[in-house]
Amino acid sequence: MNRKVIVVGGGLAGLMSTIQLAERGQKVDLFSLVPCKRSHSVCAQGGINAAVNTKGEGDSTWEHFDDTIYGGDFLANQPPVKAMIEAAPKIIYLMDRMGVTFNRTPEGFLDVRRLGGAKYSRTVFAGATTGQQLIYALDEQVRRYEDAGLVQRYEEWEFLSLVLDNEGRCRGITVQSLTSLEIEAFAADAVILATGGPGMIFGRSTNSTINTGFAAASAFMQGATYANGEFIQIHPSAIPGRDKLRLMSESIRGEGGRVWVYKDGKPWYFLEEWYPAYGNMVPRDIATRAIFKVCVDLKLGIGGENKVYLDISHLDPHEIDRKLAGVVDIYEKFVGDDPRKVPMQTFPAVHYSMGGLWVDYDQMTNIPGLFAAGECEYQYHGANRLGGNSLVAAIYAGMVAGPKALEYVKGLAKSHSDLPVGLFDEAKAKEEAKKTAIFALQGKENPYRLHQELGNWMLENVTIVRYNDRLRKTDEKIQELMERYQNIGVGSGAAWGNQVVPFTRRLWGMLTLARVITLGALRRDESRGAHYKPDFPERDDENWLKTTKAEYSANDILFSYEPVDISYIKPRKRRYDVAKEVTMQNEQ
Amino acid sequence: MSNETPKEVALLIKRCPNPQATAYWEEFKVPYYPKMNVVSALMEIQKNPINARGESATPVAWDCNCLEEVCGACTMLINGRVRQACSTLVDMLSQPIRLAPLSKFSLVRDLVVDRQVMFTNLRKVKAWIEIDGTYDMGPGPNISQKVQEQAYELSKCMTCGSCLEVCPNVNSKSKFIGPAAIAQVELMNSHPIGAQQKEARLQALMGEGGIAECGNAQNCVKACPKNIPLTRSIARLNRATTVQGLKNWLNR
Ligand SMILES: Cc1cc2nc3c(=O)[nH]c(=O)nc-3n(C[C@H](O)[C@H](O)[C@H](O)COP(=O)(O)OP(=O)(O)OC[C@H]3O[C@@H](n4cnc5c(N)ncnc54)[C@H](O)[C@@H]3O)c2cc1C
Repeated sequence: MNRKVIVVGGGLAGLMSTIQLAERGQKVDLFSLVPCKRSHSVCAQGGINAAVNTKGEGDSTWEHFDDTIYGGDFLANQPPVKAMIEAAPKIIYLMDRMGVTFNRTPEGFLDVRRLGGAKYSRTVFAGATTGQQLIYALDEQVRRYEDAGLVQRYEEWEFLSLVLDNEGRCRGITVQSLTSLEIEAFAADAVILATGGPGMIFGRSTNSTINTGFAAASAFMQGATYANGEFIQIHPSAIPGRDKLRLMSESIRGEGGRVWVYKDGKPWYFLEEWYPAYGNMVPRDIATRAIFKVCVDLKLGIGGENKVYLDISHLDPHEIDRKLAGVVDIYEKFVGDDPRKVPMQTFPAVHYSMGGLWVDYDQMTNIPGLFAAGECEYQYHGANRLGGNSLVAAIYAGMVAGPKALEYVKGLAKSHSDLPVGLFDEAKAKEEAKKTAIFALQGKENPYRLHQELGNWMLENVTIVRYNDRLRKTDEKIQELMERYQNIGVGSGAAWGNQVVPFTRRLWGMLTLARVITLGALRRDESRGAHYKPDFPERDDENWLKTTKAEYSANDILFSYEPVDISYIKPRKRRYDVAKEVTMQNEQ
Repeated sequence: MSNETPKEVALLIKRCPNPQATAYWEEFKVPYYPKMNVVSALMEIQKNPINARGESATPVAWDCNCLEEVCGACTMLINGRVRQACSTLVDMLSQPIRLAPLSKFSLVRDLVVDRQVMFTNLRKVKAWIEIDGTYDMGPGPNISQKVQEQAYELSKCMTCGSCLEVCPNVNSKSKFIGPAAIAQVELMNSHPIGAQQKEARLQALMGEGGIAECGNAQNCVKACPKNIPLTRSIARLNRATTVQGLKNWLNR
């Protein structure tokens, strides 16, 4: 039978899915907004987690699993997380064989460092550009399969919508060339979405500009369930820019960086004081809230602003160059100071989405034949992600999605080539009509300014600290923006190479997902991981140890909740002022 | 320049709606902010596409993605020099800031060019490691810190095209693959597993458009934003291909 699988996304998750399929002889069409090598995964600095235990600290996959579940405040389904953690060391060895230039110990083994929420050094890294090195290695393997005729790449093509057959199965996609703006429909027997995170919904974040979440939003509007949208990670340390908030990796603290502000004229290392067991290595949600408290409640931020010092000036400059050069360069380039000499000034920024498309343990969404992998799905991080766990989750999800998609395809009674062409013509015609409608928008609103307004509201009201009245107002605002959207003016530019029209389409997706995030947060009356409400400061397992599931129905968003599989580790109170062992004893 | 804080930034942008059209220059003025980069200036134009004469302009097309100089997308000519628009700060430039697309690649629109040829070149030189498969084979080879450090320098290449842009031997009449792909051959050949396919890559470099077309102008190494020792790679591979050529001749 003539089989075809489509992968949308050329980041870590999409490339690994593609490799898995090609390795099994399956032909793949691979789509990406940008040449795969320029995908957002290049930004990852700190490293990738696996309990390789090359420092004799006695780390184990069980410890890594427990840290991940505990760090995620028990919201993740445990079986897939356990499987991922157990696969992690093998993933590192594989990436090493593919030529990733991981840092080495003096004897030539894989070097490891510590990231937040862990007591062990289990983060493997390639300088401070780990994501770049990982994606290049996978891109090279895909190029090899391209050379062998198994993979056809479509770079600078944008996924627009799913093609669903009359049984509700996913049978292909519509796409648009970002050069000519022409629209095409591609048929397939299964589709894997690996389209990354939605950081741009918050205007500026640590994310790349293509991270609008449009692909996930589009699938959502066609019936895919979106899970745990309200869980958005705010990273404690970034530097401000008008175009982007640039991340200052957690690995800076992992290598000995200390966070402080002046109090009574002296440096005050508040993380070390408040969390003696973990110090500067507390997880991100904890560090971010502590910084918020210091800057907003205690008004001790640098110069009265929401900024704190992140200090590595006491470290050996040679070691900094070997292990942190990538980030230190960014700081020097954009701020102008040398962190080897002067403490850096950083502040929290939107960084990562724990939520995403709902998938089962085979990475399949609720739409048969539609799979999802990587940051665009929700499976591996619960209510808060540990540093270094996302790279491994993206690669692992690709390792599952590829083979599972193939298994699914093999079980199909009909091939995509047996379907009526009308199905694809119709899908294409629908997108053509949408395109025409966007070109016809000639009102007064500028889409980029509308986007900025959305970002400002989301940033103000749906990040570190959340209040129900403000969440309600934000949702009203988003709906107002959706009305004003109809009055956008896209200008008179021709179709060729036009960037305003595709951006305007993405903006609708961002607005839709912004509602999913905001309404999910409004409903969840508790505090868990990255989701914090001062009016409901405690975790409430009785009512909220549940996955949020959002569905789209006739322009409305419906919510339902699903119990979490906690079959391995019983939920216990999460605290970082004491060692984890103490929290376990308290439970007994 | 005076010590007063400027209120505006003047940009002169080379515009061209498509490859068949004739290019023209259009001036824009955008608000100034301390430490702003060229990307932020371009973003201001997106939000207010009005040119310096107060006429509404078609929005400027330009590429960007990571905004922290690791993806390579926003490479363009800034005041005549090849640079990334994200890491180029306005304060360091004389005004009006002249922005033009890379000249060695085919134009799409305004500042956007098509750099697919660089990926095709990576394919030509087989810039990948031939692993048996992705199944579990246990730990990879032991590698010394020294070898890792040298390889890491080369692995930072973001295929931005700066080195091709400044190379006199990369032009419409030549098929020269350029320095970036050559350095990737050195990277792959220096890996213990990659070394097993060393000869195939050297053969590729000895073909048309290969290393022999380097004229040793040494512009590439100066233009590389990641300070990759491109000329060192070229020199090493020059020797290696000579040896390979001799072997080929002896084994005829
Ligand atoms: C600054 C920064 C540093 C980080 N550091 C770390 C770290 O040290 N360790 C760690 O574990 N994690 C880190 N993360 C998180 C991690 O990098 C990401 O979560 C991960 O790389 C996501 O991989 P992905 O494959 O899911 O998506 P991405 O790499 O974002 O790829 C998405 C792909 O989908 C394509 N795409 C999207 N939409 C469409 C569409 N509509 N049509 C066609 N193609 C589309 C894009 O072109 C792209 O190829 C960091 C994140 C940031 C922002």
